[in-house]
Amino acid sequence: MNIPYTVEERPDTGLANGKLGIWLFLASEVMLFGALFSTYIILRVGSPEWPHGELNVWLGAINTVILISSSVTMVMAWASLKMNDWGKHRLYLIATFVLAGVFLVNKYFEYADHLGKGEGPWHSTFLAIYFTLTGLHGLHIVGGMVVMAYFIGPGAKLWRKNPEQFANRIEYTGLYWHFVDLVWIFLFPVLYLL
Amino acid sequence: MDNIGIHPGGEHAHVHTDAHGEHHEDLGFWRKYVFSFDHKVIGIQYAVTGLLFLLFGFTLMMVMRWQLAYPGKPIPLIGQWLGQDRAPMGIMLPEFYNQLGAMHGTIMVFLGVVPLAVGGFGNFVMPLQIGAPDMAFPKLNMMSYWVYFCGGVTMLASFFQRGGAAQSGWTSYPPLAVISPGQTMWLIGMIFLITSSLLGSVNFIVTIVQLRAKGLSYMRLPFFVWAQFVTSFLLLLAFPPLEAAGILQLMDRVAGTSFFMPSGLVVSGKPMLIAGDGNPLLWQHLFWFLAHPEVYVLILPAMGIVSEILANNTRKPLWGYKALVYSVVFLGFMSFIVWAHHMFMTGMGTTMSAFFQTTTMIISIPSVVILTALLLSLWGASIRFTTPMLFALAFLPMFGIGGLTGLPLGLAPSDIHLHDTYYVIGHFHYVVAPGTIFALFAGVYYWFPKATGRKMNELMGKIHFWGSFICINGVFMPMFIQGLGGMNRRMYDGGAQYVHNAGLLKYNIAIGFAAWGLGLFQIPFIVNFFSSIKWGALVDRNPWEATTLEWSAPSPPGHGNFLTEPIVYRGPYEYSVPGAARDFTPQFEPEKA
Repeated sequence: MNIPYTVEERPDTGLANGKLGIWLFLASEVMLFGALFSTYIILRVGSPEWPHGELNVWLGAINTVILISSSVTMVMAWASLKMNDWGKHRLYLIATFVLAGVFLVNKYFEYADHLGKGEGPWHSTFLAIYFTLTGLHGLHIVGGMVVMAYFIGPGAKLWRKNPEQFANRIEYTGLYWHFVDLVWIFLFPVLYLL
Repeated sequence: MDNIGIHPGGEHAHVHTDAHGEHHEDLGFWRKYVFSFDHKVIGIQYAVTGLLFLLFGFTLMMVMRWQLAYPGKPIPLIGQWLGQDRAPMGIMLPEFYNQLGAMHGTIMVFLGVVPLAVGGFGNFVMPLQIGAPDMAFPKLNMMSYWVYFCGGVTMLASFFQRGGAAQSGWTSYPPLAVISPGQTMWLIGMIFLITSSLLGSVNFIVTIVQLRAKGLSYMRLPFFVWAQFVTSFLLLLAFPPLEAAGILQLMDRVAGTSFFMPSGLVVSGKPMLIAGDGNPLLWQHLFWFLAHPEVYVLILPAMGIVSEILANNTRKPLWGYKALVYSVVFLGFMSFIVWAHHMFMTGMGTTMSAFFQTTTMIISIPSVVILTALLLSLWGASIRFTTPMLFALAFLPMFGIGGLTGLPLGLAPSDIHLHDTYYVIGHFHYVVAPGTIFALFAGVYYWFPKATGRKMNELMGKIHFWGSFICINGVFMPMFIQGLGGMNRRMYDGGAQYVHNAGLLKYNIAIGFAAWGLGLFQIPFIVNFFSSIKWGALVDRNPWEATTLEWSAPSPPGHGNFLTEPIVYRGPYEYSVPGAARDFTPQFEPEKA
């Protein structure tokens, strides 16, 4: 049994199923992070004083550059497939994976720095929302890495069987990845700069 | 081939090539019935699990009603087995009453009604009604069910933790919820359930948009599909804030944060050692931002089911199809901006209160339009009083009572007196119990022949209907009187400790008997459901002489659903078309040359 429009686009919507699916999922993610950002706003507005200078702005800025770069490599990974260059695709996908890993390593150092001083989420409202927002974001990075690992590893076989479907799946992964990047682009100024 | 049991086989039970000539090996028991990707199997899994949870949640309430009718008296039959920390000497402890209350609400809403209405009926019927071979993402569909199942198991397991299950209401308000037992597992369970819903809603929307059959434009969709479509958007967009809130409350309990815990809290005379500076109202906003759209998730599929059954059993098109569609879409949008009508008593200013009262009054308009359109559909009808029709007809006045009693709650001046009283309980149960649940029963009787190839027994159905209808009104109507008299909700002694309740306590006994009677009248339904699978009257594809696409598939449909590609030629409710040979002209029947 074949589900229509899994790979080819439905004429009246111009979409394949997965494309619509990932955009809908991203809409729900906007609501999820939106709720947490709203929490940040309410807590900050309601609190008499708000800490400044507790976070390492340079590390945060470096992470921002890393994540934006990973979005670029992600697009290149997909574009390489569209240009039928398997080798380049592998290079860029692995690069994206590695950049994501570096981001997480930096995050580890940041967390360890605070936790080592006994400053966990329990320490203040600021750290509570900081750990929650960046923690959930970090989990989303891990999720993205799992998906990339699948397409680097066992999932790569699909390129031979159904190249168009494989390219689509990389595109959807890319959309998700850009969203994760976009969340960080909001997180960084809100938590580190403001 | 006889039709014993529900299996994705139907007329092709043991054939290995399906309609499209594809070969697939016999899948084996586990992949065919347990870990199936087929939307019909998954739909039935959701439906049966949902029905079981409804029964369990109902049982919790029947035990609660004993305590309310006879406070302090040992619970008969099961009291002895509940244990020292729940009911020493069989007498219910207040903590246990609170657990029953919180879990009754949680289980009925999240484990019972929504899985049955959306996961069950949505999954089984919707792809058939749009002419699709399955959902857009069959594997994701299967995963959605099992994540729901894990959530359900977590919720049930929470009864066995030290301190008992969640006991701070289904609303889980901090600070109480953060310091009370049982909440951690409740929150974890909720995270499972919300994830399951999110995955499911993506699937539903993509399926409806992308997999409609040839000729099935949006305005030819059965109203049931429109209802499921809007419901899926509500689930997709409204649930994530509750997921966020759940994570935050979990962190308050487990990681020592104070998202919701204010400074200066004193519990039992001792100041709490917490970070403080949190905001309990923040939880309420995040919770109700979901929970208001959630109530439309509870009612919309029911309206969809009732619509299908009314059209079929009046032998007329539904009145006002366009009005129905525009109303349900408008309702969906409005449902996101009324949530604080659950919070009128939190000290909000008059501007915010005026805003939410206004939006709440506006949202009643599409609801009334939908109900009126359904009522007008009865005018001049040739009504067939089958069991599904009886439940669908009863839905109309019951939802009417539920909806109308919501109006004084949506207006702040009257809400001041009615908030947190039994009036509220009467209001929302009318919409969801003789409202939605009756519609769900109607749907079970109506689509059972499609799922199994057999009809349920009409006599048992009618006993189930009349007994339930009388008893359920006996349970909830007196609650309006109690609420107007000022009886508070969530009191484990039924309000006996307050002098002003003295004249209202007698209703608790009547309500108790009505509730236990309601329980007894579910027995014909349960017996009917299971016995008809084996011994029900055999039917062919279209026993109800209906017009929508699902009735063109075999009963039950095989893998891939349709034997020939479904094509739609007309709208969904072409009944009694002047000049036609029969009193119904199905969507899938070609024009005569």
